[in-house]
Amino acid sequence: MGEASKISRYLYTVIVLFLIWLFLTASLDPQELAFGLILSLIVAALTYEIFTTNGLANLHPRRVAYAIAYVPYFLWAMIMANLDVAYRVLHPKRPINPGIVECKTVLKNEVGKLALANSITLTPGTITLDIDGDKYFIHWIDVKDDSVEGASKNITEPFEKFLKVIFG
Amino acid sequence: MIGINVYLVLIAIATLLSMYRVFRGPTTADRLVAVDIMTTITAGLMVLFALYYQRMIFLDVALVYAILAFGGVIAFARYMEGGL
Amino acid sequence: MNALAAIGEALVLIGTFFYFLSALGLIRMPDVYNRMQTSTKSATLGSLGVMVGVGIWALGTDFGSAAWLTKSIVIAVFLLLTNPISAHALIRAAYKSGIPLWEGSVVDKYREHLEAKDKGEVEEAPAEEGDEE
Repeated sequence: MGEASKISRYLYTVIVLFLIWLFLTASLDPQELAFGLILSLIVAALTYEIFTTNGLANLHPRRVAYAIAYVPYFLWAMIMANLDVAYRVLHPKRPINPGIVECKTVLKNEVGKLALANSITLTPGTITLDIDGDKYFIHWIDVKDDSVEGASKNITEPFEKFLKVIFG
Repeated sequence: MIGINVYLVLIAIATLLSMYRVFRGPTTADRLVAVDIMTTITAGLMVLFALYYQRMIFLDVALVYAILAFGGVIAFARYMEGGL
Repeated sequence: MNALAAIGEALVLIGTFFYFLSALGLIRMPDVYNRMQTSTKSATLGSLGVMVGVGIWALGTDFGSAAWLTKSIVIAVFLLLTNPISAHALIRAAYKSGIPLWEGSVVDKYREHLEAKDKGEVEEAPAEEGDEE
């Protein structure tokens, strides 16, 4: 996958920055909007090179729809993770069985790998320790299966079907 | 608005518990983790204070604090790894 | 209007509970890796609850406005994105600085990987020197 054109990357950065401005000010006063637009244009000119490689292709409707569908799925996984953690912390015997396992991923995109690593960190009993190519090293609080395939099936695959579409 | 006092006290207790780990922690990494948790909890405390004093400007304080704390923790982690 | 305040208050209560849990996990777990496991997750969900809760709670009061909710959501999303990154940086720093795993740990694939990698680099190094000559 090659890089998108400069114009497309620049416009995508402007749109994202302007959305953040809208959320921070929460006002529709024309003066505020104009100033926010000017600031987004300036900041985007300085930062678009490191901000994105895909450009406007990120706003493809299918990707946005999957991203929106990912939010409740992720929140649910996170709440489950925390109930699990609560059980382990409050249980008088501390039922933990930790270890570091290795996982494989099918994602190619760097941002996709980052998102997968962050999702893994926030969900049941797993923290990403290091990434090397397509290998993930994960500290797992309750090791059920220490082979590469078994661990991948348990940890990375549930998220990959969303992230594959969102980040291509 | 009275209940907010209870939440502030609960958060204060949580901060004190992580403070215990900061003083006690056998290794540097333990202390750093505790400091990381403490900064997160403090950001939440600032947001609650904004509601308590009814000043929206405190929310900006919490945002800037979260950004600075993130930078600080990353810098310390890089330093521990042996290269800034 | 009061329903909003009640929902917000419930969210704040859940958030403070998870804050408390993360501090408790920090004390109860045996080694730094397990402490990180329990505390990072709970603290992140706790801040999500507290911040969104405060935003909704403020809407139900007489001084509140929509800006409260959007601003607190920005803070919550920022914490949601950055907390796992700092946890990852810290756990890797802890591993690289040589803190051993808890004695009850069952498997350590990362050490095998690092050792294999070290061996590979040692084998490659003479070849590179040969190229320079």
